[in-house]
Amino acid sequence: MTEIPVQCVSPGEVEAPLILSLEPLSLWGGFSATSGAVIDRGHPAFGKVLTGRILAMPSGRGSSSSSSILAEALRLGTAPAGLVLGETDPIIAVGEIVARKLYGKSLPIVVCGLDVLERLQSGYTYRICARNTGNAVLARILR
Amino acid sequence: MELTDFDRQLMAGEHGPAAVFAMDVLLSFAEAVRAPRLLDITRAHIDGCLYHGQVSLDFVNRLVERGGRVRVPTTLNVGAMDLLHPTLVRTTGPEREAAQKLMQAHLALGCESSFTCAPYQTRFRPHFGEQIAWGESNAIVFANSVIGARTNRYGDFIDLCCAMTGRAPAVGLHLDEGRRGQVLFRLSGFPESQANDATFVGVGYLVGERSGLRVPVIEGLPHPHSEDQLKALGAVAASTGSVALFHAVGITPEAPILQDAFGPSGIPQETFDIHPKDVEDALRRLSTVRDGTPIFAVSLGTPHFSIEEFRSLVPLVAGFRPAEDVQVYVNTNRETYAALEASEMLAQIHKAGLVVVTDTCTYVTAIIRPDKGVIMTNSGKWAHYAPANLGVDVAFGTLEECLLSAAAGRVVRTGK
Repeated sequence: MTEIPVQCVSPGEVEAPLILSLEPLSLWGGFSATSGAVIDRGHPAFGKVLTGRILAMPSGRGSSSSSSILAEALRLGTAPAGLVLGETDPIIAVGEIVARKLYGKSLPIVVCGLDVLERLQSGYTYRICARNTGNAVLARILR
Repeated sequence: MELTDFDRQLMAGEHGPAAVFAMDVLLSFAEAVRAPRLLDITRAHIDGCLYHGQVSLDFVNRLVERGGRVRVPTTLNVGAMDLLHPTLVRTTGPEREAAQKLMQAHLALGCESSFTCAPYQTRFRPHFGEQIAWGESNAIVFANSVIGARTNRYGDFIDLCCAMTGRAPAVGLHLDEGRRGQVLFRLSGFPESQANDATFVGVGYLVGERSGLRVPVIEGLPHPHSEDQLKALGAVAASTGSVALFHAVGITPEAPILQDAFGPSGIPQETFDIHPKDVEDALRRLSTVRDGTPIFAVSLGTPHFSIEEFRSLVPLVAGFRPAEDVQVYVNTNRETYAALEASEMLAQIHKAGLVVVTDTCTYVTAIIRPDKGVIMTNSGKWAHYAPANLGVDVAFGTLEECLLSAAAGRVVRTGK
C-alpha cells in the first residue's frame, strides 16, 4: 500500500471506490443532489452515481451555486464519500463548511496536486485519512 | 489568522447570535482560502435568492431566527419570481412557495428589495476603490473593471456572511497585487466607427474563453458608446470563463496605459491577437440556428436593461409590432421600471407589445412559453446559458436585428 501525502481541506477518514474525472465537474447543473448521479450529458462521468464513492477531479467548475448543491447533497446523504481535488476550490470548501455548521454533516476533502491526480486509478478502493488541518494521506487499498 | 477587536466582538456574540453564526462560517472559509486577516467591506450583493433545495432556506432562516440584520447596505440578486408581475412566472406548487419564502427571508434580514443582477444601476452603486462583497458574476466583473471597486467572486452563503459581519477575507482582488493583469489580448483591425454592441460581446466571449482564472488586459478595444457595452463584454466573459476583473487600456479606471494594467514589473504570461474575423466567428458560435429560422420570442436585458438602453429602445419601437405569436421580453430592475413608469417610455413600450419583466430574468425561471423552439437575444450571456437552462435554441443578434426578427417572425440580419 503506497501512501501519497496530500493536504487536508476538510478532515475525516473514509475507504471507498474511487471515480477519477480528469475533467472538472460543476456540481450545479452537473450533479443531482436528489439522486446522487452526474447529470451533465457532456461530462465523461455522465450517469455515474457518486454517492458512497470518492470523487477525484482537478477542481469544481463554474457557478458558485455548486456550494449549495454540495451542502444539499450532504443534507440528503447523496454526496460522495470523499473528495480528492487537484487544487483547492473555495466553492467546494463553502459547501462542506455550511453542511457541517447547519447539519453536522461533512465529508473528507483533500488536495493532491494535478500531477498526482492524473496517476490515480478509477475503480480501485482508496482510503483518505485526513486529520484536522494537518497533512493527510491518500492510499490505494490492495486486496 | 490576525483578528481585530471587532472580529472578537462578533465572535463573542456582542453583535448578536446571528453574527456569531455568520462569523463562524466566514472564518472557516477564510482559513480555507488562507487569508491572513479580514478587512472591512461597505456593501454586499447577495446571490442567494435562487432556490437550490432545503439548504438554501435553512441557512438564511438560521440567521433570521437569531434576529440577524445585515451590517452594510445589501442588495439582492434576481430571484425566481417577478414579485411585481407574479402571473408572468409559471412555476407552481412547492417550488413557487420556496422561491417566495427565500426572497422574503432575505428581506427580513434587512436586505434591499432590489432583485437585480445589475446593482450598479441602482442607488447602491459603489465608487472607485471601495471594498465590497458582491455575488453574481456579471455584477462582480462590472464592479471591479468598470467602476474600480474591489470584490472577489463571492457566492452562495459567503456573500451573506460578509453582509452580516461587514468583513471579508483579505485576499485576491481586494488587494493591489491580485488586480494586476496576467494575460494580454491585442485587438487590431477594429475601426472605431464600425464597432457596435455585438463587437463588445464577441470580444468578451473570446476573453472569457481564453483567460481561465487569470486577469485579462484588452488593448485596442474601440471606445464604448456607453457603459452598457462594457457590461455586455464583462457578462459574457464571466459566462464563457471565470473573469472577475478585466482591464481595457485607456478605458477602464485602473488601466490608463498598458503598464498600469500589468503593474511595475509585470509582463503578460500569454498574449492573444484578436482580429475582426475572430469576433465574427465567436458571435456565430453564440447562435445555435441558421439565419431565416422562425423564432417565437426575443429576450432583451441580460444583464438587466438600463435606463439608457430603454432610451435607445423607445425610438426603435415607434410603429413596431412583433409578428403574431412572437413575444418580446425586456428584463429590468424595479428602480429602472419606476423611472419608466414616471416617464412616457413605459406606455410606448407597452403600446409596441413588449413585455417588461422585473425582479427576475427569463433564463432563470419559467416565463417564456412554449418551452421549445428558437429565441433571439442581444445578450451574449443569455445566449450562452439559455440552451442548457431552458432547453431552447438561440439566435444572437444586435438590438436592431432582434427587433427586425421579432417583426418578421424569423432570424433577420441588418444589411441583408
